Amino acid sequence: MNTFDRIIADRPDVRNGDNGGKMPADRTHVAINLFSVFYRANQAVKDVTFNIPAGYVTAIIGPSGCGKSTILRAINRMNDLVPGCHVKGELLFDGQDVYNPDVDVVMLRKRVGMVFQKPNPFPKSIFDNVAYGPRLHSRLNQGKLAEIVERSLVDAALWDEVKDRLEDNALSLSGGQQQRLCIARVLAVGPEILLMDEPTSALDPRATLRIENLIAELRGKYTIIIVTHNMQQAARVSDFTAFMYEGALVEFGPTKEIFTKPGNKQTDDYITGRFG
Amino acid sequence: MNIQLQKEIEKLKKQILALSAKVENDVGMAVRAADNLDAAIAQDVVNREDETNLREVNVEEECLKILALHQPVASDLRYIVAVLKINQDLERIGDLAVHIAESALFLCRQPRIAIPVRLEQMANKTQHLLQKVLDAFVNFDEAAAREVCADDSEIDAMHQEIFQQVKGIIMQNPRQFEALLQIMHISRHLERIADHATNIAEDLIYLIEGRIVRHATEIFQGKGPAEPNV
Repeated sequence: MNTFDRIIADRPDVRNGDNGGKMPADRTHVAINLFSVFYRANQAVKDVTFNIPAGYVTAIIGPSGCGKSTILRAINRMNDLVPGCHVKGELLFDGQDVYNPDVDVVMLRKRVGMVFQKPNPFPKSIFDNVAYGPRLHSRLNQGKLAEIVERSLVDAALWDEVKDRLEDNALSLSGGQQQRLCIARVLAVGPEILLMDEPTSALDPRATLRIENLIAELRGKYTIIIVTHNMQQAARVSDFTAFMYEGALVEFGPTKEIFTKPGNKQTDDYITGRFG
Repeated sequence: MNIQLQKEIEKLKKQILALSAKVENDVGMAVRAADNLDAAIAQDVVNREDETNLREVNVEEECLKILALHQPVASDLRYIVAVLKINQDLERIGDLAVHIAESALFLCRQPRIAIPVRLEQMANKTQHLLQKVLDAFVNFDEAAAREVCADDSEIDAMHQEIFQQVKGIIMQNPRQFEALLQIMHISRHLERIADHATNIAEDLIYLIEGRIVRHATEIFQGKGPAEPNV
């Protein structure tokens, strides 16, 4: 039995935890098995094994260069774009091997969306930013498209702020609004998983709080995997935490345990600020 | 490395250990005052109560400051939480030492009565228990903390024995009722001190292991620690 299955089996509080009941909580969404990522000869991720539960927020923490962003980007094959990058081992999304040559990467990235460190809206209107994905994936009439845009902006907690200015250029929004717009843009294509790579590191505390509140709102509807340097943020927003160090997984477990009684001294030393 | 947090924790450690030493000393003096019917020592303990209270408030303020400013986690968090709780127990032990001293002062003003031998034994045992748990706190000694939890039941039994014994004496000598009642009070205060020492031991186990053993019976039976509340 792997770590996650053991936790789920042993811990009814986690299994039946309040994730809104919108997604079965005892299902592994992403299974990572002895997975390694290499940038040419450099091994950035070393034989990592852990399972990411569906419908929960999983945080990946660790010092710079520990491989946390690399493994996040591996989940929707963003690393394919990096020259010399190759992988070993198994990374399953809903039981399907993500690195199978038959996988349609565009479809994969539709189901596994990503939000980056810096907001990166297109230099287009707010409406067109959100409508961009749906237009790519299917032919929709204007009414249907408007419906998707509104729902996505509502879900991203941005609708009330932009509903009267949908034709304004997205770059006119504040940094925090731009980041929520980017989340709306991801939500518009109906993903199952949201990958967030330090989504608040470029934002002020107020905008950060709004994103964290949004993560709490989206929890249960989506599986969220967040990489963060902010330890308190990991503690606040996540249900599970994975601690990585020098490319290896040191510890994975329920966040409330990792932050009160970690099983590994290295984890304790890192989160208490004794090293890293 | 969060040097500022570690400095704050070191400072807190010194404060809580100073309070421990003060309270341990008060209990020793109060017991001696009751044993020797020494009014001067008893009065000294009563007079020094404010110092304990002040130290307790300072420790609590320091803990709250660290929680607010540093948001400690893992072992640091457990340390702050354990100190907050141990601080309260120490303050209560300090109060009980004062109560014992007050009983001693009362006895000093009364015609002498024979103090049950068992009470002296109980006082020694309680002081030993307190010393042991405070040493365990200094040394992070989980095994010693578990021994303290187990030893508490012995002191409970001693208290019951003294209670019955004094009750018998009161029935035979009703005129000594008030003085004998103070003996009962002292026994009760010693028993409560041992209870607080046990609380400290339980908090110490939490601090070291991260497991809450309060209300668990297995520590008395020498089994493994309790499963955490989930």
